[in-house]
Amino acid sequence: MPPAIITTDLTKRFGALTAVDSINLEIREGEVFGLLGPNGAGKTTLINLLATLLKATSGTALVAGRDINREPLEVRRNIGIVFQEPSVDDLLTGRENLWLHSLLYGVPRAEIKGRMEKMLELVRLTARADSFVKTYSGGMRRRLEIARGLIHQPKVLFLDEPTLGLDPASRKDVWTYIRGLKDAGDTTIILTTHYMEEADSLADRIGIIDQGRIIELDTPDALKRKVGQDIVYLTCPPGTLEKVKHLPFISEGIEEDGRIRLTLDDSGRNLQALLKAAGDVEEVEVRRVTLDDVFLKFAGHQIKDETENHSMFERIAESNSRR
Amino acid sequence: MFNFAAIYALLMREALIYFREKERIAAILVSPLLFLFVVGKGLSGSSPVEGYTYQQFIFPGIVVMVILFTSITYGLYIIWDKRLDFLKEVLAAPISRTTLFLGKALGGMLGGIIETLLLLVIGMAFVMPLPLWKLLLCLAASVPVAYMITNIGLIIGARMKSMEGFGLVMSFLTWPMFFFSGALFDLATAAPYIRVVALFDPVTYAVDLMRYVLIGYGYFPPLVSLGALLGFCAVTTALGVAAFGAIQQEK
Repeated sequence: MPPAIITTDLTKRFGALTAVDSINLEIREGEVFGLLGPNGAGKTTLINLLATLLKATSGTALVAGRDINREPLEVRRNIGIVFQEPSVDDLLTGRENLWLHSLLYGVPRAEIKGRMEKMLELVRLTARADSFVKTYSGGMRRRLEIARGLIHQPKVLFLDEPTLGLDPASRKDVWTYIRGLKDAGDTTIILTTHYMEEADSLADRIGIIDQGRIIELDTPDALKRKVGQDIVYLTCPPGTLEKVKHLPFISEGIEEDGRIRLTLDDSGRNLQALLKAAGDVEEVEVRRVTLDDVFLKFAGHQIKDETENHSMFERIAESNSRR
Repeated sequence: MFNFAAIYALLMREALIYFREKERIAAILVSPLLFLFVVGKGLSGSSPVEGYTYQQFIFPGIVVMVILFTSITYGLYIIWDKRLDFLKEVLAAPISRTTLFLGKALGGMLGGIIETLLLLVIGMAFVMPLPLWKLLLCLAASVPVAYMITNIGLIIGARMKSMEGFGLVMSFLTWPMFFFSGALFDLATAAPYIRVVALFDPVTYAVDLMRYVLIGYGYFPPLVSLGALLGFCAVTTALGVAAFGAIQQEK
């Protein structure tokens, strides 16, 4: 099977800013691919390039076998997009949105009605299909957008931050639909997010994007293995650190906020040995590696920037209180 | 090049929305009605065309004014669409920018024609009797007028970044186009500089054609007005397609 997407040195510059920096990427058919990165990392720009909404500065990509530079309309016929910001028409009903979209995407007239009902059913909006979209909740809008993105049966579906700004229940809802699509297996899904758990629970593979480059690309499990290790916090009397530091499965031990922070392999198996060596322990906290940690490791500078901002605000607050 | 299903979809969207925003339909008629019933009656007694009152003389101009206001406003509305991401869905569709532009322009034209019909009905009741054929001819004439002015609105809307420019466009473009067009006076007796400016004002030809249809008086021969209008339609279509081609995502 040919890949759903292949990019070749895909680059987009806005003036001096390189938003997407010669990305080479291959996404298999039927795969759910997660693009993970902080705000401004280039996720949306990459999606916009692949969806032919932006022209590449250099390089190219094949989407569903079509070249984004030479056959943009063919690319568009084969993709569906759910944008970051809501783009369903409030002044129309849910059904009307789907109907107009089908006409725009050239769905054969005879099939439109049947597909509309099927999609409404899939996202459970049948009962509200004839209400104006302005009366929908955020989650319902998102579901309508997903239905709209799928009604022309695209080969590739782009979901740009599909759960941004949704309440937890609606987010779970959207996840359920995405998993349903994944199980059906006909559609390749490219998902951008800055929620680690979202990428972790949905994606087959994850690309971590930072400053326009893919800095790491693997399955969620492999990425977690690369960061490698679990973290155990021990609240215990002074001197304990010396007792446990030399244990073979411990790779790092430091004192942090009055407790000990240990990085170790496989906390499930080694915790017992650790506690035995440590002796008198007041409190134990175990943290399995999450994609948060992966992200911190590979794109850590962004977080650092944020801390700097934070301390800036603290300084402002301080100088205000001194006055 | 043309995707008729898509043009139909774009047109239907405007039609569906149009009839749901009844306040907008009424709001657009306010200024023209003030001109027709206050200026038109207040200045009565000095009609340039024999056999017709001043109010009847400016009636065709007011019809064009309605189209002008409806269509320019519609065109500028795509700035909202751009900012609210509604346009994104359409920009991402597998349709050419020519198709998109035509769909949007025809959708906007629809509003202008419906407002024209409303005003003609009001006119029939209070200003002058109109036989059915005149009414239909008037509606036919409003087609190129509405199309041309919608195009102008869309061209400006496609290039503008924010709604703040809306007032500027109304002050510096819409009102001058209206006043220089001879909607309220006879160009034949106007000061020379007005006549010169009027030559370059597309609304002049719209008013002149409409006046010829309604009261049989024109500053230009009707075919010249019609020809000029069709010329403006062609030019604004070309400029509009180019302007839409240049719309890009901003991030």
